[in-house]
Amino acid sequence: MASQASRKMDSGFAAWLRRDLLLAYRRSGEVASPVIFFIMVSTLIPLGLTPEAAQLEKVAAGMIWVMALLATLLSMDGLFTSDYQDGSLEQMLITPQLLPLPLLGKIAAHWLTTGLPLTLVSPLLGLMMSLPSVGYLPLVCSLALGTACLSLVGAVGAALTVSLRKGGLLLSLLVMPLYMPVIIFGTATVSYAVDGLNWLPPLAILGAMFAASVALCPLAAAGALRVTASN
Amino acid sequence: MSQAPLLSVENLAFERDDCGLFSGVNFSVAGGDLLQIEGANGSGKTTLLRLLTGSLQPSAGDIFYLGQSLSKCRYGYLSDMLYIGHQPAVKLNLSAEENLRWMVASSAQSNSLSVKDALTQVGLAGYTDMPCYALSAGQHRRVALARLLISEARLWYLDEPFTSIDKQGVIFLQSCLQQHVAKGGAVILSTHQDLALTGLRKYKLLSSVESLT
Repeated sequence: MASQASRKMDSGFAAWLRRDLLLAYRRSGEVASPVIFFIMVSTLIPLGLTPEAAQLEKVAAGMIWVMALLATLLSMDGLFTSDYQDGSLEQMLITPQLLPLPLLGKIAAHWLTTGLPLTLVSPLLGLMMSLPSVGYLPLVCSLALGTACLSLVGAVGAALTVSLRKGGLLLSLLVMPLYMPVIIFGTATVSYAVDGLNWLPPLAILGAMFAASVALCPLAAAGALRVTASN
Repeated sequence: MSQAPLLSVENLAFERDDCGLFSGVNFSVAGGDLLQIEGANGSGKTTLLRLLTGSLQPSAGDIFYLGQSLSKCRYGYLSDMLYIGHQPAVKLNLSAEENLRWMVASSAQSNSLSVKDALTQVGLAGYTDMPCYALSAGQHRRVALARLLISEARLWYLDEPFTSIDKQGVIFLQSCLQQHVAKGGAVILSTHQDLALTGLRKYKLLSSVESLT
């Protein structure tokens, strides 16, 4: 019985992960918009600010992080909306599996389709922003961990606002304070490396935040969905 | 009748925003029962079904599964239940087959019938690879109803299952329900149609606002 139960719980995670990845693949234009936003803004900054490498490299880490955060926030709103409208969220709520597991599948799919592409294109943007070469590895590492935190925390906000008609602004207000520590330690990782300091401590704190979010955010999002989606 | 019924509902009431929707709902369903919930628009048929699925909490009363309160046997109950709501939960960007595959994977017990065979039986052979936005509303519902063929759950809750389905579809669905009941399952459905099903019981849902006047 126990093995049977655990098999079903696994399939809850995998089934939702697979479904959301497939959906993202079918609507690739829509899903790519955060990444396109990320690239566009990063292209504009050297034009608007200054093309001088000496000045750009001071703001490079911070700018890239701010844009990654905004790009993630932009995509967060739609995480549950379409599922809520077509009734599949309701089906998720009544599955016998523990609700955090299918949710974690959805969040993982969200990160794979937004956070991971953002992380992968970030070295290119680092090049545009004249980021010193020592900063690339810390940038990629911090974005990989940081965007995962952003997806997890954002899912709680999205779960809280899913039943509101226009929850976008409220969602931003709700999750913004929780995003602040992520961006502080994310940029610290890169700027420590650029300044020649040991960049592992801020990255370790990001890692700790990620561990805490993986453990807590699916539970919080599940609780929030039980309350909001029943209306 | 020493055995506890599959599902029983005692004195169930629900209110939304301090406004009572219905109260004092009592019925029980055993294996082999077909129960049709009747009521005017807005009398709370969908709400009642959602209360049964556990996605809403009743404001009073309790629901018992095999004699146990739902809060004590949530996993067992949800594994033994299949709910198809108003919205068919069909993703428009996925094909019929992908939709069904996901629904089956994320829900409880299923039998060995393959997804393709189930779709063929509900009359969607040849449409399985098309994205669902190219299919009609009735075909969406058929995709959702194909879950009935694969499910091993004993309790079926169907909210307006006959909506936008053509005549053959209605006949097919009725035979499907009849088979399920013959195998010892139970069906609770809400519909405004008159059904030609043997052994159909009806429960009339009176809105508490109405019954006061």
